[in-house]
Amino acid sequence: MATQHSRSAARLMMAPAVTLLLGWMLVPLVMTLFFSFRTYLPLRPEVAQTWVGFDNYVRFVTSSSFWPAVVATLIIVGGVLLITLILGVILALLLDQPMWGQGAVRVLVIAPFFVMPTVSALLWKNMFMDPVNGFFAHILRALGLAPIEFLSQHSLTSIIVIVSWEWLPFATLILLTAIQSLDQEQLEAAEMDGASWPSRFIYIILPHLSRAMTVVLLIQTIFLLGIFAEIFVTTQGSFGSKTLTYLIYQRVLESQNVGLGSAGGVYAIILANIVAMFLMRIVGKNLDA
Amino acid sequence: MARAVTTRRKAINTAIAWAVGLLIFFPILWIFLMSFKSEGDAIKAPLDMLSAPWTLESYGVVQERSDYFKHFSNSVLLSFGSTLLGLIIAVPAAWAMAFVPSKRTKDVLMWMLSTKMLPAVGVLYPIYLLFISLGILDSQLGLIVVLMLINLPIIIWMLYTYFKEIPGEILEAARMDGASLRDEVLYVLTPMAIPGMASTVLLNVILAWNEAFWTLKLTAANAAPLTAFIASYSSPEGLFYAKLSAASVMAIAPILIMGWFSQKQLVRGLTFGAVK
Repeated sequence: MATQHSRSAARLMMAPAVTLLLGWMLVPLVMTLFFSFRTYLPLRPEVAQTWVGFDNYVRFVTSSSFWPAVVATLIIVGGVLLITLILGVILALLLDQPMWGQGAVRVLVIAPFFVMPTVSALLWKNMFMDPVNGFFAHILRALGLAPIEFLSQHSLTSIIVIVSWEWLPFATLILLTAIQSLDQEQLEAAEMDGASWPSRFIYIILPHLSRAMTVVLLIQTIFLLGIFAEIFVTTQGSFGSKTLTYLIYQRVLESQNVGLGSAGGVYAIILANIVAMFLMRIVGKNLDA
Repeated sequence: MARAVTTRRKAINTAIAWAVGLLIFFPILWIFLMSFKSEGDAIKAPLDMLSAPWTLESYGVVQERSDYFKHFSNSVLLSFGSTLLGLIIAVPAAWAMAFVPSKRTKDVLMWMLSTKMLPAVGVLYPIYLLFISLGILDSQLGLIVVLMLINLPIIIWMLYTYFKEIPGEILEAARMDGASLRDEVLYVLTPMAIPGMASTVLLNVILAWNEAFWTLKLTAANAAPLTAFIASYSSPEGLFYAKLSAASVMAIAPILIMGWFSQKQLVRGLTFGAVK
Protein backbone atom coordinates (compact mmCIF):
# COMPACT_ATOMS: atom_id res chain seq x y z
CA MET A 1 0.00 0.00 0.00
CA ALA A 2 1.19 3.48 -0.74
CA THR A 3 2.50 5.34 2.28
CA GLN A 4 2.26 9.04 3.00
CA HIS A 5 5.94 9.26 2.17
CA SER A 6 5.65 7.61 -1.22
CA ARG A 7 2.63 9.75 -2.01
CA SER A 8 4.48 12.99 -1.60
CA ALA A 9 7.40 11.52 -3.54
CA ALA A 10 4.97 10.62 -6.31
CA ARG A 11 3.57 14.13 -6.36
CA LEU A 12 7.09 15.50 -6.67
CA MET A 13 7.84 13.16 -9.57
CA MET A 14 4.75 14.26 -11.44
CA ALA A 15 5.31 17.96 -10.81
CA PRO A 16 7.59 18.74 -13.79
CA ALA A 17 5.31 17.04 -16.32
CA VAL A 18 2.13 18.57 -14.89
CA THR A 19 3.65 22.05 -14.64
CA LEU A 20 5.00 21.98 -18.18
CA LEU A 21 1.79 20.71 -19.74
CA LEU A 22 -0.27 23.16 -17.71
CA GLY A 23 1.94 26.02 -18.91
CA TRP A 24 1.93 24.75 -22.50
CA MET A 25 -1.85 24.65 -22.41
CA LEU A 26 -2.70 27.76 -20.38
CA VAL A 27 -0.20 30.41 -21.47
CA PRO A 28 -0.98 30.35 -25.21
CA LEU A 29 -4.66 29.73 -24.54
CA VAL A 30 -4.98 32.80 -22.33
CA MET A 31 -3.03 34.86 -24.87
CA THR A 32 -5.25 33.69 -27.73
CA LEU A 33 -8.35 34.51 -25.70
CA PHE A 34 -6.92 37.93 -24.84
CA PHE A 35 -6.08 38.75 -28.47
CA SER A 36 -9.46 37.53 -29.67
CA PHE A 37 -11.23 40.36 -27.85
CA ARG A 38 -8.94 43.05 -29.20
CA THR A 39 -7.96 44.84 -32.37
CA TYR A 40 -4.38 43.73 -32.96
CA LEU A 41 -2.66 44.44 -36.27
CA PRO A 42 1.12 44.10 -35.77
CA LEU A 43 1.85 45.21 -39.35
CA ARG A 44 -0.06 48.47 -38.86
CA PRO A 45 1.32 50.00 -35.67
CA GLU A 46 -0.73 53.19 -36.24
CA VAL A 47 -3.91 51.24 -35.41
CA ALA A 48 -4.21 51.28 -31.64
CA GLN A 49 -4.89 48.04 -29.75
CA THR A 50 -8.32 48.32 -28.19
CA TRP A 51 -10.97 46.12 -26.66
CA VAL A 52 -13.65 45.27 -29.17
CA GLY A 53 -15.77 42.77 -27.25
CA PHE A 54 -17.09 39.97 -29.45
CA ASP A 55 -16.55 41.91 -32.72
CA ASN A 56 -13.80 39.54 -33.92
CA TYR A 57 -15.99 36.52 -33.23
CA VAL A 58 -18.85 38.01 -35.21
CA ARG A 59 -16.59 39.18 -38.04
CA PHE A 60 -14.92 35.78 -38.32
CA VAL A 61 -18.19 33.94 -38.94
CA THR A 62 -19.72 36.66 -41.12
CA SER A 63 -16.70 37.07 -43.41
CA SER A 64 -17.22 35.85 -46.96
CA SER A 65 -14.51 33.19 -46.59
CA PHE A 66 -16.00 31.56 -43.48
CA TRP A 67 -18.72 29.35 -44.94
CA PRO A 68 -16.64 28.16 -47.90
CA ALA A 69 -13.95 27.21 -45.38
CA VAL A 70 -16.48 25.29 -43.28
CA VAL A 71 -17.71 23.46 -46.37
CA ALA A 72 -14.16 22.66 -47.55
CA THR A 73 -13.29 21.38 -44.07
CA LEU A 74 -16.39 19.20 -43.88
CA ILE A 75 -15.82 17.76 -47.36
CA ILE A 76 -12.15 16.97 -46.70
CA VAL A 77 -12.66 15.53 -43.20
CA GLY A 78 -15.82 13.66 -44.21
CA GLY A 79 -14.35 12.36 -47.45
CA VAL A 80 -11.17 11.10 -45.84
CA LEU A 81 -13.09 9.49 -42.96
CA LEU A 82 -15.44 7.72 -45.33
CA ILE A 83 -12.66 6.43 -47.58
CA THR A 84 -10.30 5.36 -44.80
CA LEU A 85 -13.01 3.65 -42.75
CA ILE A 86 -14.55 1.69 -45.62
CA LEU A 87 -11.27 0.75 -47.28
CA GLY A 88 -9.75 0.21 -43.85
CA VAL A 89 -12.33 -2.43 -42.94
CA ILE A 90 -11.94 -4.14 -46.32
CA LEU A 91 -8.14 -4.10 -46.08
CA ALA A 92 -8.15 -5.31 -42.49
CA LEU A 93 -10.43 -8.23 -43.44
CA LEU A 94 -8.18 -9.01 -46.39
CA LEU A 95 -4.97 -8.89 -44.36
CA ASP A 96 -6.53 -11.16 -41.73
CA GLN A 97 -6.98 -13.94 -44.29
CA PRO A 98 -4.43 -16.74 -44.39
CA MET A 99 -1.87 -16.03 -47.11
CA TRP A 100 1.81 -16.26 -47.97
CA GLY A 101 3.94 -13.27 -47.01
CA GLN A 102 1.38 -11.69 -44.68
CA GLY A 103 4.01 -9.70 -42.78
CA ALA A 104 5.52 -8.33 -45.98
CA VAL A 105 2.14 -7.20 -47.34
CA ARG A 106 1.38 -5.46 -44.07
CA VAL A 107 4.69 -3.62 -44.29
CA LEU A 108 3.74 -2.38 -47.78
CA VAL A 109 0.29 -1.27 -46.66
CA ILE A 110 1.35 0.73 -43.62
CA ALA A 111 4.33 2.42 -45.29
CA PRO A 112 2.53 5.66 -46.31
CA PHE A 113 1.82 6.50 -42.66
CA PHE A 114 5.54 6.98 -42.05
CA VAL A 115 6.09 9.32 -44.98
CA MET A 116 6.36 12.91 -43.77
CA PRO A 117 3.38 15.05 -44.85
CA THR A 118 5.42 17.43 -46.99
CA VAL A 119 6.90 14.51 -48.94
CA SER A 120 3.56 12.81 -49.55
CA ALA A 121 1.93 16.06 -50.63
CA LEU A 122 4.73 16.97 -53.06
CA LEU A 123 5.03 13.42 -54.34
CA TRP A 124 1.37 13.38 -55.33
CA LYS A 125 1.34 16.97 -56.55
CA ASN A 126 4.37 16.67 -58.85
CA MET A 127 4.98 13.05 -59.73
CA PHE A 128 1.34 11.98 -60.03
CA MET A 129 -1.06 14.92 -60.41
CA ASP A 130 1.07 17.32 -62.45
CA PRO A 131 -0.90 18.06 -65.67
CA VAL A 132 2.23 17.90 -67.87
CA ASN A 133 4.76 15.48 -66.44
CA GLY A 134 2.70 13.62 -63.83
CA PHE A 135 2.12 9.88 -63.94
CA PHE A 136 -1.64 10.32 -64.49
CA ALA A 137 -1.04 12.85 -67.28
CA HIS A 138 1.22 10.35 -69.08
CA ILE A 139 -1.43 7.63 -68.75
CA LEU A 140 -4.23 9.91 -69.94
CA ARG A 141 -2.16 11.03 -72.93
CA ALA A 142 -1.33 7.42 -73.81
CA LEU A 143 -5.08 6.73 -73.80
CA GLY A 144 -5.63 9.72 -76.06
CA LEU A 145 -7.39 11.77 -73.37
CA ALA A 146 -6.74 15.36 -72.33
CA PRO A 147 -4.67 15.73 -69.15
CA ILE A 148 -6.50 16.92 -66.04
CA GLU A 149 -5.38 19.81 -63.85
CA PHE A 150 -6.07 17.83 -60.69
CA LEU A 151 -5.13 20.36 -58.03
CA SER A 152 -6.86 23.35 -59.61
CA GLN A 153 -9.91 21.76 -61.23
CA HIS A 154 -10.52 19.11 -58.57
CA SER A 155 -8.66 20.55 -55.62
CA LEU A 156 -10.79 19.02 -52.86
CA THR A 157 -10.86 15.54 -54.42
CA SER A 158 -7.11 15.66 -54.96
CA ILE A 159 -6.44 16.67 -51.36
CA ILE A 160 -8.81 13.95 -50.14
CA VAL A 161 -6.85 11.38 -52.18
CA ILE A 162 -3.52 12.55 -50.76
CA VAL A 163 -4.71 12.65 -47.15
CA SER A 164 -6.57 9.33 -47.44
CA TRP A 165 -3.40 7.71 -48.74
CA GLU A 166 -1.62 8.97 -45.62
CA TRP A 167 -4.29 7.85 -43.15
CA LEU A 168 -5.53 4.57 -44.65
CA PRO A 169 -2.62 2.66 -43.08
CA PHE A 170 -3.54 3.98 -39.63
CA ALA A 171 -7.18 2.91 -39.98
CA THR A 172 -6.17 -0.47 -41.42
CA LEU A 173 -3.65 -1.21 -38.69
CA ILE A 174 -6.07 -0.41 -35.87
CA LEU A 175 -8.99 -2.26 -37.45
CA LEU A 176 -6.70 -5.23 -38.12
CA THR A 177 -5.68 -5.26 -34.45
CA ALA A 178 -9.37 -5.27 -33.52
CA ILE A 179 -10.26 -8.04 -35.99
CA GLN A 180 -7.49 -10.25 -34.65
CA SER A 181 -9.05 -10.10 -31.19
CA LEU A 182 -12.32 -11.51 -32.57
CA ASP A 183 -13.32 -14.86 -31.15
CA GLN A 184 -12.86 -17.32 -34.02
CA GLU A 185 -15.05 -19.95 -32.39
CA GLN A 186 -17.98 -17.58 -32.47
CA LEU A 187 -17.51 -17.13 -36.22
CA GLU A 188 -17.15 -20.86 -36.79
CA ALA A 189 -20.26 -21.58 -34.74
CA ALA A 190 -22.22 -19.09 -36.82
CA GLU A 191 -20.87 -20.63 -39.99
CA MET A 192 -21.92 -24.12 -38.87
CA ASP A 193 -25.38 -22.82 -38.04
CA GLY A 194 -25.58 -21.82 -41.67
CA ALA A 195 -25.03 -18.07 -41.40
CA SER A 196 -23.95 -16.72 -44.77
CA TRP A 197 -20.85 -14.52 -45.14
CA PRO A 198 -22.81 -11.23 -45.37
CA SER A 199 -24.80 -12.00 -42.24
CA ARG A 200 -21.68 -13.10 -40.36
CA PHE A 201 -20.11 -9.77 -41.40
CA ILE A 202 -23.12 -7.67 -40.39
CA TYR A 203 -24.03 -9.45 -37.15
CA ILE A 204 -20.64 -10.53 -35.78
CA ILE A 205 -17.68 -8.77 -37.38
CA LEU A 206 -19.12 -5.27 -37.73
CA PRO A 207 -20.44 -5.01 -34.14
CA HIS A 208 -17.08 -6.31 -32.90
CA LEU A 209 -15.32 -3.60 -34.92
CA SER A 210 -17.66 -0.78 -33.96
CA ARG A 211 -15.59 0.50 -31.08
CA ALA A 212 -12.33 0.41 -33.02
CA MET A 213 -14.11 2.22 -35.86
CA THR A 214 -15.33 4.90 -33.46
CA VAL A 215 -11.82 5.37 -32.12
CA VAL A 216 -10.38 5.65 -35.64
CA LEU A 217 -13.11 8.13 -36.51
CA LEU A 218 -12.49 10.35 -33.49
CA ILE A 219 -8.68 10.30 -33.59
CA GLN A 220 -8.62 10.95 -37.32
CA THR A 221 -11.16 13.76 -36.98
CA ILE A 222 -8.91 15.53 -34.49
CA PHE A 223 -5.87 15.18 -36.74
CA LEU A 224 -7.76 15.91 -39.97
CA LEU A 225 -9.27 19.12 -38.62
CA GLY A 226 -5.70 20.32 -38.24
CA ILE A 227 -4.17 19.23 -41.56
CA PHE A 228 -1.89 21.95 -42.77
CA ALA A 229 1.23 20.83 -44.63
CA GLU A 230 -0.76 19.00 -47.32
CA ILE A 231 -2.55 22.23 -48.27
CA PHE A 232 0.43 24.49 -47.66
CA VAL A 233 2.62 22.74 -50.25
CA THR A 234 -0.09 21.96 -52.82
CA THR A 235 -2.75 24.64 -53.34
CA GLN A 236 -1.89 27.15 -50.58
CA GLY A 237 -5.60 27.31 -49.90
CA SER A 238 -6.62 28.42 -53.40
CA PHE A 239 -9.15 26.76 -55.74
CA GLY A 240 -11.66 26.37 -52.92
CA SER A 241 -9.38 24.23 -50.75
CA LYS A 242 -9.13 26.68 -47.87
CA THR A 243 -10.02 24.83 -44.67
CA LEU A 244 -10.79 26.47 -41.32
CA THR A 245 -7.28 25.71 -40.09
CA TYR A 246 -5.76 27.26 -43.20
CA LEU A 247 -8.06 30.28 -42.99
CA ILE A 248 -7.03 30.94 -39.38
CA TYR A 249 -3.38 30.50 -40.30
CA GLN A 250 -3.72 33.07 -43.10
CA ARG A 251 -5.51 35.55 -40.84
CA VAL A 252 -2.91 35.22 -38.11
CA LEU A 253 0.41 34.92 -39.93
CA GLU A 254 -0.12 36.08 -43.52
CA SER A 255 -2.40 39.10 -43.08
CA GLN A 256 -1.40 39.47 -39.41
CA ASN A 257 -4.90 40.28 -38.27
CA VAL A 258 -4.21 38.66 -34.93
CA GLY A 259 -7.47 39.62 -33.24
CA LEU A 260 -9.61 38.12 -35.98
CA GLY A 261 -7.40 35.05 -36.35
CA SER A 262 -7.43 34.44 -32.61
CA ALA A 263 -11.21 34.48 -32.55
CA GLY A 264 -11.05 31.82 -35.27
CA GLY A 265 -8.52 29.95 -33.17
CA VAL A 266 -10.91 29.91 -30.22
CA TYR A 267 -13.60 28.42 -32.48
CA ALA A 268 -11.11 25.74 -33.57
CA ILE A 269 -10.24 24.96 -29.96
CA ILE A 270 -13.91 24.60 -29.01
CA LEU A 271 -14.57 22.35 -32.01
CA ALA A 272 -11.57 20.12 -31.22
CA ASN A 273 -12.67 19.89 -27.61
CA ILE A 274 -16.11 18.65 -28.55
CA VAL A 275 -14.58 15.83 -30.60
CA ALA A 276 -12.01 15.15 -27.89
CA MET A 277 -14.73 14.81 -25.26
CA PHE A 278 -16.25 11.82 -27.06
CA LEU A 279 -12.82 10.27 -27.55
CA MET A 280 -11.80 10.74 -23.93
CA ARG A 281 -15.00 9.08 -22.78
CA ILE A 282 -14.03 5.89 -24.65
CA VAL A 283 -10.43 6.12 -23.46
CA GLY A 284 -11.63 6.65 -19.89
CA LYS A 285 -13.78 3.52 -19.95
CA ASN A 286 -10.75 1.46 -20.92
CA LEU A 287 -8.50 2.96 -18.29
CA ASP A 288 -8.40 0.89 -15.13
CA ALA A 289 -6.40 3.36 -13.13
CA MET B 1 -6.35 -20.35 -34.32
CA ALA B 2 -6.13 -22.86 -37.09
CA ARG B 3 -8.55 -22.47 -39.91
CA ALA B 4 -8.61 -25.14 -42.54
CA VAL B 5 -8.11 -23.37 -45.84
CA THR B 6 -7.62 -24.84 -49.25
CA THR B 7 -4.36 -24.01 -51.00
CA ARG B 8 -6.35 -22.54 -53.85
CA ARG B 9 -8.09 -20.04 -51.60
CA LYS B 10 -4.83 -19.16 -49.93
CA ALA B 11 -3.27 -18.50 -53.34
CA ILE B 12 -6.14 -16.21 -54.30
CA ASN B 13 -5.85 -14.31 -51.01
CA THR B 14 -2.14 -13.94 -51.52
CA ALA B 15 -2.53 -12.61 -55.05
CA ILE B 16 -5.20 -10.04 -54.10
CA ALA B 17 -3.40 -8.89 -50.97
CA TRP B 18 -0.06 -8.46 -52.75
CA ALA B 19 -1.73 -6.55 -55.59
CA VAL B 20 -3.42 -4.17 -53.13
CA GLY B 21 -0.24 -3.84 -51.04
CA LEU B 22 1.86 -2.96 -54.08
CA LEU B 23 -0.75 -0.48 -55.28
CA ILE B 24 -0.65 1.37 -51.94
CA PHE B 25 3.13 1.24 -51.85
CA PHE B 26 3.48 2.22 -55.50
CA PRO B 27 3.97 6.02 -55.03
CA ILE B 28 6.91 5.36 -52.70
CA LEU B 29 8.38 2.77 -55.06
CA TRP B 30 7.94 5.21 -57.94
CA ILE B 31 9.95 8.07 -56.39
CA PHE B 32 12.55 5.51 -55.33
CA LEU B 33 13.00 4.45 -58.96
CA MET B 34 12.82 8.05 -60.19
CA SER B 35 15.59 9.15 -57.84
CA PHE B 36 18.06 7.00 -59.82
CA LYS B 37 17.30 8.68 -63.15
CA SER B 38 18.68 11.83 -64.72
CA GLU B 39 16.57 14.99 -64.53
CA GLY B 40 15.70 14.76 -68.25
CA ASP B 41 14.64 11.12 -68.04
CA ALA B 42 12.60 11.55 -64.86
CA ILE B 43 9.86 13.53 -66.61
CA LYS B 44 9.50 11.06 -69.50
CA ALA B 45 6.51 8.75 -69.88
CA PRO B 46 6.59 5.89 -67.30
CA LEU B 47 7.97 3.18 -69.60
CA ASP B 48 10.62 5.47 -71.14
CA MET B 49 11.56 6.62 -67.66
CA LEU B 50 12.03 3.05 -66.47
CA SER B 51 14.17 2.03 -69.44
CA ALA B 52 16.44 5.08 -69.18
CA PRO B 53 19.94 4.50 -67.74
CA TRP B 54 20.37 4.48 -63.96
CA THR B 55 22.47 7.15 -62.27
CA LEU B 56 23.32 8.40 -58.80
CA GLU B 57 23.80 12.02 -59.87
CA SER B 58 20.65 13.36 -58.16
CA TYR B 59 21.84 12.27 -54.76
CA GLY B 60 25.06 14.22 -55.20
CA VAL B 61 23.29 17.33 -56.54
CA VAL B 62 20.82 17.49 -53.63
CA GLN B 63 23.67 17.92 -51.16
CA GLU B 64 25.48 20.49 -53.33
CA ARG B 65 22.42 22.55 -54.07
CA SER B 66 21.04 23.00 -50.60
CA ASP B 67 23.17 21.50 -47.87
CA TYR B 68 20.95 18.49 -47.36
CA PHE B 69 23.14 17.20 -44.57
CA LYS B 70 22.42 20.22 -42.36
CA HIS B 71 18.67 19.64 -42.57
CA PHE B 72 19.15 15.94 -41.99
CA SER B 73 21.15 16.59 -38.83
CA ASN B 74 18.50 19.09 -37.72
CA SER B 75 15.87 16.35 -38.10
CA VAL B 76 17.98 13.93 -36.09
CA LEU B 77 18.68 16.53 -33.42
CA LEU B 78 15.05 17.67 -33.13
CA SER B 79 13.47 14.21 -33.08
CA PHE B 80 15.94 12.51 -30.75
CA GLY B 81 16.46 15.65 -28.64
CA SER B 82 12.75 16.20 -28.05
CA THR B 83 12.15 12.50 -27.36
CA LEU B 84 14.99 12.18 -24.84
CA LEU B 85 14.02 15.42 -23.09
CA GLY B 86 10.45 14.15 -22.97
CA LEU B 87 11.62 10.84 -21.55
CA ILE B 88 13.49 12.54 -18.70
CA ILE B 89 10.33 14.38 -17.69
CA ALA B 90 7.92 11.53 -18.41
CA VAL B 91 9.63 8.60 -16.67
CA PRO B 92 9.20 9.92 -13.11
CA ALA B 93 5.63 11.03 -13.82
CA ALA B 94 4.61 7.73 -15.42
CA TRP B 95 6.36 5.80 -12.66
CA ALA B 96 4.46 7.71 -9.99
CA MET B 97 1.11 7.21 -11.71
CA ALA B 98 1.67 3.51 -12.32
CA PHE B 99 3.00 2.52 -8.92
CA VAL B 100 1.58 5.09 -6.51
CA PRO B 101 -1.86 5.64 -8.01
CA SER B 102 -4.29 7.92 -6.23
CA LYS B 103 -7.94 8.71 -6.82
CA ARG B 104 -6.98 11.50 -9.18
CA THR B 105 -4.43 9.58 -11.28
CA LYS B 106 -6.96 8.70 -13.93
CA ASP B 107 -8.15 12.30 -14.24
CA VAL B 108 -4.59 13.60 -14.47
CA LEU B 109 -3.77 11.10 -17.19
CA MET B 110 -6.90 11.96 -19.13
CA TRP B 111 -6.19 15.65 -18.81
CA MET B 112 -2.65 15.12 -20.09
CA LEU B 113 -3.96 13.25 -23.13
CA SER B 114 -6.49 15.99 -23.79
CA THR B 115 -3.72 18.60 -24.12
CA LYS B 116 -2.57 16.63 -27.16
CA MET B 117 -5.82 17.58 -28.84
CA LEU B 118 -5.35 21.32 -28.64
CA PRO B 119 -5.35 22.54 -32.26
CA ALA B 120 -1.95 24.02 -33.10
CA VAL B 121 -3.41 26.78 -35.23
CA GLY B 122 -5.38 28.05 -32.22
CA VAL B 123 -2.20 28.85 -30.33
CA LEU B 124 0.05 29.67 -33.29
CA TYR B 125 0.37 33.39 -32.72
CA PRO B 126 1.08 33.27 -28.98
CA ILE B 127 3.81 30.69 -29.53
CA TYR B 128 5.19 32.73 -32.43
CA LEU B 129 5.26 35.86 -30.22
CA LEU B 130 6.87 34.00 -27.33
CA PHE B 131 9.50 32.60 -29.68
CA ILE B 132 10.30 36.10 -30.99
CA SER B 133 10.49 37.68 -27.55
CA LEU B 134 12.69 34.85 -26.25
CA GLY B 135 14.86 35.07 -29.37
CA ILE B 136 14.42 31.39 -30.20
CA LEU B 137 12.62 31.65 -33.53
CA ASP B 138 14.46 29.43 -36.03
CA SER B 139 16.55 27.83 -33.28
CA GLN B 140 16.90 24.10 -32.66
CA LEU B 141 16.37 24.55 -28.93
CA GLY B 142 12.97 26.23 -29.29
CA LEU B 143 11.71 23.49 -31.59
CA ILE B 144 13.04 20.72 -29.35
CA VAL B 145 10.97 22.17 -26.51
CA VAL B 146 7.80 22.52 -28.62
CA LEU B 147 8.10 19.02 -30.12
CA MET B 148 8.77 17.65 -26.64
CA LEU B 149 5.63 19.34 -25.29
CA ILE B 150 3.33 18.14 -28.06
CA ASN B 151 4.55 14.55 -27.67
CA LEU B 152 4.89 14.50 -23.87
CA PRO B 153 1.31 13.22 -23.31
CA ILE B 154 1.95 10.26 -25.64
CA ILE B 155 5.30 9.49 -23.99
CA ILE B 156 3.78 9.56 -20.50
CA TRP B 157 0.81 7.52 -21.66
CA MET B 158 2.91 4.81 -23.31
CA LEU B 159 5.34 4.55 -20.40
CA TYR B 160 2.40 4.36 -17.99
CA THR B 161 0.87 1.41 -19.84
CA TYR B 162 4.23 -0.39 -20.00
CA PHE B 163 4.93 0.26 -16.29
CA LYS B 164 1.46 -1.02 -15.40
CA GLU B 165 2.35 -4.35 -16.97
CA ILE B 166 5.21 -4.86 -14.52
CA PRO B 167 3.77 -7.07 -11.77
CA GLY B 168 3.58 -5.35 -8.38
CA GLU B 169 4.63 -8.57 -6.58
CA ILE B 170 8.15 -8.18 -7.90
CA LEU B 171 8.39 -4.76 -6.33
CA GLU B 172 7.04 -6.05 -3.04
CA ALA B 173 9.54 -8.89 -3.06
CA ALA B 174 12.37 -6.43 -3.68
CA ARG B 175 11.12 -4.22 -0.85
CA MET B 176 10.96 -7.22 1.50
CA ASP B 177 14.55 -7.99 0.65
CA GLY B 178 15.38 -4.51 1.86
CA ALA B 179 15.70 -2.65 -1.43
CA SER B 180 15.41 1.11 -1.13
CA LEU B 181 13.28 3.16 -3.50
CA ARG B 182 16.43 4.00 -5.43
CA ASP B 183 17.48 0.34 -5.72
CA GLU B 184 13.97 -0.57 -6.74
CA VAL B 185 13.98 1.89 -9.60
CA LEU B 186 17.54 1.18 -10.72
CA TYR B 187 17.81 -2.59 -10.41
CA VAL B 188 14.27 -3.91 -10.66
CA LEU B 189 12.14 -1.52 -12.67
CA THR B 190 14.63 -0.17 -15.18
CA PRO B 191 15.69 -3.52 -16.64
CA MET B 192 12.05 -4.58 -16.94
CA ALA B 193 11.00 -1.27 -18.43
CA ILE B 194 13.69 -1.01 -21.08
CA PRO B 195 11.75 -2.75 -23.91
CA GLY B 196 8.75 -0.48 -23.28
CA MET B 197 10.93 2.59 -23.13
CA ALA B 198 12.64 1.62 -26.39
CA SER B 199 9.26 1.30 -28.11
CA THR B 200 8.21 4.67 -26.72
CA VAL B 201 11.37 6.31 -28.02
CA LEU B 202 10.90 4.70 -31.42
CA LEU B 203 7.35 5.91 -31.93
CA ASN B 204 8.03 9.40 -30.65
CA VAL B 205 11.11 9.86 -32.81
CA ILE B 206 8.92 8.98 -35.78
CA LEU B 207 6.19 11.42 -34.75
CA ALA B 208 8.70 14.23 -34.14
CA TRP B 209 10.55 13.50 -37.39
CA ASN B 210 7.35 13.85 -39.41
CA GLU B 211 5.80 16.79 -37.52
CA ALA B 212 4.91 19.35 -40.15
CA PHE B 213 3.21 22.35 -38.59
CA TRP B 214 5.55 23.82 -36.02
CA THR B 215 8.64 22.74 -37.96
CA LEU B 216 7.33 24.66 -40.99
CA LYS B 217 6.19 27.76 -39.15
CA LEU B 218 8.90 28.27 -36.54
CA THR B 219 12.00 27.68 -38.66
CA ALA B 220 13.85 29.39 -41.49
CA ALA B 221 17.28 28.58 -42.91
CA ASN B 222 19.03 27.68 -39.66
CA ALA B 223 16.88 25.19 -37.77
CA ALA B 224 14.79 23.80 -40.65
CA PRO B 225 14.51 20.00 -40.49
CA LEU B 226 13.75 17.81 -43.51
CA THR B 227 9.99 18.54 -43.45
CA ALA B 228 10.69 22.23 -44.10
CA PHE B 229 13.54 21.46 -46.52
CA ILE B 230 11.25 19.30 -48.66
CA ALA B 231 8.53 21.97 -48.54
CA SER B 232 11.00 24.36 -50.22
CA TYR B 233 10.67 22.16 -53.33
CA SER B 234 7.04 23.25 -53.71
CA SER B 235 8.05 26.49 -55.41
CA PRO B 236 8.05 26.24 -59.23
CA GLU B 237 11.81 26.90 -59.54
CA GLY B 238 12.38 23.78 -57.51
CA LEU B 239 10.45 21.50 -59.82
CA PHE B 240 13.16 18.94 -60.36
CA TYR B 241 11.66 15.47 -60.21
CA ALA B 242 14.83 13.44 -59.88
CA LYS B 243 16.29 15.70 -57.19
CA LEU B 244 13.00 15.96 -55.32
CA SER B 245 12.78 12.14 -55.46
CA ALA B 246 16.31 11.71 -54.17
CA ALA B 247 15.76 14.23 -51.37
CA SER B 248 12.45 12.57 -50.45
CA VAL B 249 13.89 9.06 -50.44
CA MET B 250 16.67 10.16 -48.12
CA ALA B 251 14.16 11.98 -45.89
CA ILE B 252 11.75 9.07 -45.48
CA ALA B 253 14.02 6.00 -45.67
CA PRO B 254 15.32 6.04 -42.08
CA ILE B 255 11.87 6.59 -40.62
CA LEU B 256 10.22 4.04 -42.91
CA ILE B 257 12.59 1.39 -41.59
CA MET B 258 12.01 2.44 -37.98
CA GLY B 259 8.29 2.55 -38.64
CA TRP B 260 8.15 -1.04 -39.80
CA PHE B 261 9.57 -2.07 -36.43
CA SER B 262 7.04 -0.01 -34.52
CA GLN B 263 3.70 -1.26 -35.88
CA LYS B 264 2.48 -2.62 -32.56
CA GLN B 265 3.55 0.44 -30.59
CA LEU B 266 1.76 2.61 -33.10
CA VAL B 267 -1.59 1.12 -32.16
CA ARG B 268 -0.82 1.37 -28.46
CA GLY B 269 0.58 4.89 -28.61
CA LEU B 270 -1.93 6.53 -30.90
CA THR B 271 -5.19 5.04 -29.67
CA PHE B 272 -4.42 5.66 -26.00
CA GLY B 273 -5.30 2.07 -25.19
CA ALA B 274 -8.82 2.32 -26.57
CA VAL B 275 -8.06 -0.51 -29.03
CA LYS B 276 -6.23 -3.60 -27.86
